[in-house]
Amino acid sequence: MTHQSAGAAPARRRLTDVLFPKLSGTVLAAIFIATLLFGFLILPVAKVIYVAFVDPQTGGLTLQNFGDFFSSALFRESFFNSFYVSAMSVVLASVFALPLAYITSRFEFSGSMLIQSLGFIPLIMPPFVGAIAMQLLFGRNGTFNLLLANMGINIPFMEGLNGVILVQSVHYFPFILINLSASLRNIDRSMEESAQNLGAHGLRLFRRVVFPLAAPGYLAGASLVFIKVFDDLGTPLLLNVNNMLAPQAYLRISSIGISDPMGYVISFILVAFSVFSLWASFLLMRGKDYATTQKGGGGLSRRKLSTKENIAAYSIVVLILLLVLSPHIALALLAFGTIWSYSPLPDGYTLENFSTMFSQSGVYIKNTLVYAGLAALIDVILATAIAYIVLRTKIIGRQWLDYMATAALAVPGVVLGIGYLRTFNDLEVPLVGKPLASWWVIIMVALTIRRLPYALRACTAALQQVSISLEEAAESLGATRSSTIRRIVVPLMSGGILAGFVTSFATAAVELSATIMLVSTDQDAPLAYGIYLFMQSPSGRGAGAALGIFAVIIVAAGTLLAQYIIDRDRKKRTGER
Amino acid sequence: MTLSQKSTAISIQDVHLSFGSTKVLTGVNLEIKAGEFFAFLGPSGSGKSTLLRAIAGFGPRPRGKILVGDRDLAGLPPWERNVGMVFQSYALWPHMTVRKNVAFGLVEKKAPQKEINEKVEAALSLVGLLDYAERMPSQLSGGQQQRVALARTIVVEPDVLLLDEPLSNLDASLRVQMRRELLALQRKLGLTTIFVTHDQEEANTTADRMAVLDQGVVQQVGTPQMLYDHPENLFVANFLGTANILEGNMVKGPEGSSIILKTGEQIAIDSSILGQGNLVLRPQNIMVRPENANTALRGKISHREFLGGQVRYLIDVADTQMVVDQSHSIDQPVMEIGAEVALDINRNSGVFLPQKEVTDAA
Repeated sequence: MTHQSAGAAPARRRLTDVLFPKLSGTVLAAIFIATLLFGFLILPVAKVIYVAFVDPQTGGLTLQNFGDFFSSALFRESFFNSFYVSAMSVVLASVFALPLAYITSRFEFSGSMLIQSLGFIPLIMPPFVGAIAMQLLFGRNGTFNLLLANMGINIPFMEGLNGVILVQSVHYFPFILINLSASLRNIDRSMEESAQNLGAHGLRLFRRVVFPLAAPGYLAGASLVFIKVFDDLGTPLLLNVNNMLAPQAYLRISSIGISDPMGYVISFILVAFSVFSLWASFLLMRGKDYATTQKGGGGLSRRKLSTKENIAAYSIVVLILLLVLSPHIALALLAFGTIWSYSPLPDGYTLENFSTMFSQSGVYIKNTLVYAGLAALIDVILATAIAYIVLRTKIIGRQWLDYMATAALAVPGVVLGIGYLRTFNDLEVPLVGKPLASWWVIIMVALTIRRLPYALRACTAALQQVSISLEEAAESLGATRSSTIRRIVVPLMSGGILAGFVTSFATAAVELSATIMLVSTDQDAPLAYGIYLFMQSPSGRGAGAALGIFAVIIVAAGTLLAQYIIDRDRKKRTGER
Repeated sequence: MTLSQKSTAISIQDVHLSFGSTKVLTGVNLEIKAGEFFAFLGPSGSGKSTLLRAIAGFGPRPRGKILVGDRDLAGLPPWERNVGMVFQSYALWPHMTVRKNVAFGLVEKKAPQKEINEKVEAALSLVGLLDYAERMPSQLSGGQQQRVALARTIVVEPDVLLLDEPLSNLDASLRVQMRRELLALQRKLGLTTIFVTHDQEEANTTADRMAVLDQGVVQQVGTPQMLYDHPENLFVANFLGTANILEGNMVKGPEGSSIILKTGEQIAIDSSILGQGNLVLRPQNIMVRPENANTALRGKISHREFLGGQVRYLIDVADTQMVVDQSHSIDQPVMEIGAEVALDINRNSGVFLPQKEVTDAA
């Protein structure tokens, strides 16, 4: 039947094809996603960068703003402080991570499980939540200094920049731990043994062979820590350290207004540093995939520890773990304590903070569930579509969808917030009667854009595991492309999609740096902002801590759930084979 | 500058080794002569690699003595042994160029820079890779990586050279070429070399002598030909090539010794030992004759594999199945499956292993 019509009027058909190209569903989806990403990521960030180079009086392009920035002593100091805090956080985080990584991956150490499970807990608490709690433990009148005061010693753990460095390195050191452990574990035993065979041992062996092989992993973790600390707004703000870049940007915009160019100059610097360090770590990593475990290799070399070494290893590990878990301990004390002031521990214990918290912050919790839930849902829909378009279609420029979505990683929350304020302030939303920039939906959009890279990684990985022949089998049995996606691809990706949803949800629920810029009324505020408000007054701290505990539980449950889903999925997959 | 030549003997005396409660090596005694190319041959888990690693100083410390020349290596850390080892995975450091990889050991010995340069060049030209000195290991083929690993080891002029499954990561075609190169290099340097493999062909073609290991015990030591023709136990007989094992009773008759199988057949075979035991017959030492020939063993062809130079028949004989290889030539017809045939065995082409020998080894 078909061959009769196949030859008919091909020229005419070609003409209509050119005039009205039949766009397939995937092309339409690609165009839609590209538009979204352009409107809510590229445009606002470009606007911020552009404004940084515009003379506010004349409207012409200028470098004057940067001149003003560097001629201000406060900004120069802020710039230096941000740099100093980031660098010192990397150093301190390395001090925590190096021994843990080395002990767990190179020795037969029974405490390895302890490190593997407890070592990652700091990541599941938003750093600013721990900041106040840390002050109660390590501050001038905190537990430690009160105890040390008897000996006439006072250690300024939490004074000014020290506090930021301590809180940040405690929070972010798992990034170094994860990456460094992975690359240490990837060093095949024969790498070390061949060096020993040729006469190297001890420190020389470590310096000439082990460390160079693990260095890419360490650098990846360290650059991540550097950039996260450099961009972070919540922690310095809560510790009342304002002479850093991110808080300065926030304060300029929130107190002077969105026309002040300094906020944009700072934003430009933040973005430039993010991009630069991501690029630098990419350059350093390129061609250095040193995974050396290979066929015929001996696997890992783990040395046995003597009793004395074992005790030493345990002491180091327990000490570090106590320190990095101290924010959680202090937060729990604060949440369950009555009054905790000028004393090593709270005066008494109560559940009252939780009832206060629930009676006052119902709206925050509701908002968080709505924002993070919607954001995560949209994220996985977008991520599934992007993954499919990139991996399964031949649409020209499809890689750019991936690049654009991933670029959100390099955009600090403050910058995105400022960009939204600047771009959408004049955009009145019909029927709602206020500008898009102060409508609650914009908070949800910001969360969506910020968490999209996480969901995208999860969905891409899931789709990569679906063999293309499964789709071809469906198509050969007569299924159209859309019904193949609906009946074959998405069900097989469901584990990855669910994991992406949970990760996006859990991290969006405690996001502060972009939302703090965009919250226009307390009624629209999410949980993280609520904690920030509570923590402003000493009387609200208990309830704030209770809310913090709530946040930790959300993130922890989300992380566990995501892990569980991924594991179950993997088991199912391998079980089927 | 050329690399110096030296040959050192190795003596392994009553070496025992265990991983925790698992015995891996039991009572190993081996004398490896200076300049010899010696193979440790055995299946996986036989302890051959463990023994090699023990000589290099890796793994748990063994009981017993390992002498290189007159130096006892017991208790010495790997870096003080001067025993060169080439790893199965080559273990080239991916962050160093070929030159730096090869220079590594000389740098550790704090050799003067001039000497390092000269020796590295000498070693690289010995393996034919001088032009590749500035490459990274990842830019080399498997065979080239193998040569770099060799150069890196011989450049420090070790007392002995240990090769752990050196050819197992190479393609089949490259393997044949590489094993010839290895042997040529070893002959040139005169370096005492121990070579671990699970591949009997590799051992047969390269080794001066070899030790067959099973379950941590040395089963037999000798030249490849001696081990193949005169295995001392069933393990060696089966591990080196294909063997037909016939169980029976060796008796002395008026026309010499012969074995009486359980099913009653009697085969005339020379043997100085009598009693219960096993007769080992290689497939090519049996001749297939037309059915009417006057021999004791008769059977029926149940399976046939044409291998080119020879034809392998599986023949049902008595209560067992025998493997028989007949050389093939253009004028010789191939026998059909289902044909009734007679098997002819020369008196002197079998090896009789008395019963106790089998249990002796374990």
